[in-house]
Amino acid sequence: MRVAVQTDPFDLGAEAAGFAAAAAGAGAVVTFTGIVRPTDTGALQAMEIEHYPGMTERAIAAMMDQARARWGLIDALVIHRHGRLALGEPIMMVATAAAHRAAAFEAAEFLMDYLKSRAPFWKKEITDAGADWVAAREADEDALTRWQAS
Amino acid sequence: MIDVLYFAWVRERIGLPRERVDSQAATVRDLVAELSAREDRYAAAFADLASLRVALDQDLADFDAPLAGVREVAFFPPMTGG
Repeated sequence: MRVAVQTDPFDLGAEAAGFAAAAAGAGAVVTFTGIVRPTDTGALQAMEIEHYPGMTERAIAAMMDQARARWGLIDALVIHRHGRLALGEPIMMVATAAAHRAAAFEAAEFLMDYLKSRAPFWKKEITDAGADWVAAREADEDALTRWQAS
Repeated sequence: MIDVLYFAWVRERIGLPRERVDSQAATVRDLVAELSAREDRYAAAFADLASLRVALDQDLADFDAPLAGVREVAFFPPMTGG
């Protein structure tokens, strides 16, 4: 299991291929990539992502441990960038490897839901109209309850 | 002494990323009250605790959590990762 919190871009293809090749015994590998998208208001010039060094790595590692135990993952990978990102740039990726696809898909969704609301990152959108912190969505918080209920 | 860290708009509103605070506060809520009493910029940042989160030694906690033995307190808005 690997967590990388970095300013540098990452090579999605190379990371996915390397992850899959190293996941011995896996029958399923799922990857998800988050990308800087246009905003609803004003033309996006850039996105700035702030994080809490130390807590970020620790919080993500804890989520990955939980996912591994719950879905019997063979391996997991989280790469999350911070700093200034341009429109269309990859922000982060998650990869999970398991014996079967249901576990790999579910674990990836679990990690995404937790990364959104429990990993200490904050996004700021820089648009023509100015700079604004992205507000957390209630739906993102609600998404966590399904993992707690079952 | 406690290290107090601020992130995102909390950092911007207070005007610094971190500071060392000499406090005898028993709980996070007491620390917030002490800081808010200092200056308007603190009071503004802590005006609505429902819109804030707190971590103690890098673990999420709640505002009634005790501060005994805690070395690092961080205040920030709800997280927006992913």
